Amino acid sequence: MPYTKHRRLVASAVVVALGATALAACDSSDDQGDVQSGPVSLTYWSWAPGMEKVVDLWNKGLGKKNRIAVTVKKQASGDTLVTKILTAHKAGKAPDLIQAEYQALPTLVSNGALADIAKNVSDVKQKFTDGVWQQTTLGTDAVYAIPQDIGPMMFYYRADLFRQYGLSVPATWDDFAQTARALRQKAPDKTLTTFSANDSGLFAGLAQQAGARWWTISADKWKVGIDDAATQRVAKFWGDLVQEGAIDNQPMYTPAWNKALNTGKQIAWVSAVWAPGTLTTAAPATKGKWAMAPLPQWSKGEERTGSWGGSSTAVTTDSKHKDAAAKFAAWLNTDAEALNALAKQSGIYPAATSAQLSGAFQNPPDFFANHTDFYSKAADIAETTAPSAWGPNVNVAYTSFKDAFGAAAKDKSDFRAALRRMQADTVADMKKQGFEVAS
Amino acid sequence: MTASSHRRPDTTRSAPFFFLLPATLLFILFLALPIGYAVWLSFHKVHVHGLGLGTHARSEVWAGLANYADALTDRELLHGAMRVVGYGCIVVPVMLGLALLLAMMLDTERVRLAPFTRLAIFLPYAIPGVVAALLWGFLYLPDVSPFYYVLEKLNLPQPDLLDGGPLYLALSNIAVWGGTGFNMIVIYTSLQAIPAEVYEAAKLDGATPLQIALRIKIPMVAPSLVLTFFFSIIATLQVFSEPTTLKPLTNSVSTTWSPLMKVYRDAFGSGDLYAAAAEAVLIAIATLLLSFGVLRTASRRNRQEPTP
Repeated sequence: MPYTKHRRLVASAVVVALGATALAACDSSDDQGDVQSGPVSLTYWSWAPGMEKVVDLWNKGLGKKNRIAVTVKKQASGDTLVTKILTAHKAGKAPDLIQAEYQALPTLVSNGALADIAKNVSDVKQKFTDGVWQQTTLGTDAVYAIPQDIGPMMFYYRADLFRQYGLSVPATWDDFAQTARALRQKAPDKTLTTFSANDSGLFAGLAQQAGARWWTISADKWKVGIDDAATQRVAKFWGDLVQEGAIDNQPMYTPAWNKALNTGKQIAWVSAVWAPGTLTTAAPATKGKWAMAPLPQWSKGEERTGSWGGSSTAVTTDSKHKDAAAKFAAWLNTDAEALNALAKQSGIYPAATSAQLSGAFQNPPDFFANHTDFYSKAADIAETTAPSAWGPNVNVAYTSFKDAFGAAAKDKSDFRAALRRMQADTVADMKKQGFEVAS
Repeated sequence: MTASSHRRPDTTRSAPFFFLLPATLLFILFLALPIGYAVWLSFHKVHVHGLGLGTHARSEVWAGLANYADALTDRELLHGAMRVVGYGCIVVPVMLGLALLLAMMLDTERVRLAPFTRLAIFLPYAIPGVVAALLWGFLYLPDVSPFYYVLEKLNLPQPDLLDGGPLYLALSNIAVWGGTGFNMIVIYTSLQAIPAEVYEAAKLDGATPLQIALRIKIPMVAPSLVLTFFFSIIATLQVFSEPTTLKPLTNSVSTTWSPLMKVYRDAFGSGDLYAAAAEAVLIAIATLLLSFGVLRTASRRNRQEPTP
């Protein structure tokens, strides 16, 4: 793997800073004195569809044997859930287990909401790639969550229309821009894709691929690098395409976007491994016409991708049965039967590498029925995921992105100015809260 | 009070307080306490030490008026307030004008199918705001809207309703569509309460239907006009669900489009409950001042020109 070194660098940068957390977290988590003395019941906040059915497997099998019953409470996904967890934690009433997106983990850890479960899950680390695992340890010796699903990014395109217009799959982002322009010339009523400002995760993933590291720690201070060279490059690239009209500027996930995909008005989508599910509902008429390729690269011959989405299972500090909760979390995300059920019921792409090619993933998704190597290709791409660097106020950066880039996309103005605003908003928020921030 | 007559009358005297107890308790539990807590929050903030990591890295500290100062100097909040004023300037007159007009039309003697028409106009009010906004949102999107399809076939210009000035019209339209029926019913009910003798007298004096409408009906329903105006102002200041529902459909609606949206963003997007509490308190004060201002001007005017 070509990026191990890079990963280790990031990890060590965070280790220094988070060492303190690990120590502090240790003494607070010593009070978990449950040794399977009686029946234990746990509450689990999750937004994954069909999670109850997966948990049923536990409750009827291993859970029954160990007398640990888990109840799922359905939640909304995203930032609202983080707020809800923090509010519940403030009252000391957070559920035992929560589903949390990777980028939310630093926020949750810095609020003291997540328990260190390192001693319970020492044997599961090797089931995941280092890059994924590093996000749940924040680079320390502590383990704050167990990876559940990941969203390695890929390039999706209409194979039939690419053939019709004589376009080839872009290997680099320069090729991508050329392809967009060529399509505009050959079919003025079509666009390759759109730049959407309503999902910050997409932009974060693209920046991650370019090598951006938005939050790092040096000399006991946070350094916010949202406005770094790599992200500027990504912003300028998409801004220029929008400005010259080579791609559309309307948001994704609207009925208009669905129609554009369904009728072939937009013929490609930079997305992640979960795209087949979205396309199935957004563009049902195009079933079997799509193909998947690795993301275009910044320089030829590179092989790296970002991630868009993905989440983990964490145990809270409020839980009175942390050992039992950790046991369940480990089962849910590493047991073959559980992972298979997760794939089937919740449609997730597992973080556990062993599951990426087994069970539900032996055959391609229905929507890509003739793309027989879909999941083996996906597993290869997942392995090239660039490291990520999340900080304690990702939520603020994400909202700022939506407003700043939404306005810039609408006005077709300079995306780098929008990026500066995102950086300024994020730094201002950290300073307001009292974080030590290097300027 | 003498000592001998102390016991018995006291229980009778305290009886009203027993009856008041449930209401008072509910009021304290579900209104006074939450408001008090919000005010308390608004004077505090979180202070992070160093890198903000570790269990004792965060503490809640007294912030004084800092949150209020931030909110009052926040340009986004101010812009949001101005956007809402612009929106209100369209919604309130159009909605109340239409409601009054429709109520008076329904009240004329020659109207047919009155019950059906009344229900048809009132029905949109029964549709939840979010559903209405979604419905209209789809109609505003050029690629999926039947309106745009017709406009295109007729070679007519197709304005972008989700951008710039037209966005205000698009949003106002949703509110007017949903709110007219309710206001119409309020005005219509008070029209029905006008005694028939008044009209008879007017007709004997030779008043035309228009004169009856302008000189009798409108002045006599003035109190319900004030009431509907009062409700509309409050609803306008609290506009939230329509722009929030349209937001994913367009780049033109920011997460801070209206003041309440900013409160929501700060509380649930940024997780800063303290700033959100201060903003919410400010919005509540502004709403109170405005609505009492409206009521006071209205009652002063009523006193000066007593209804005939």
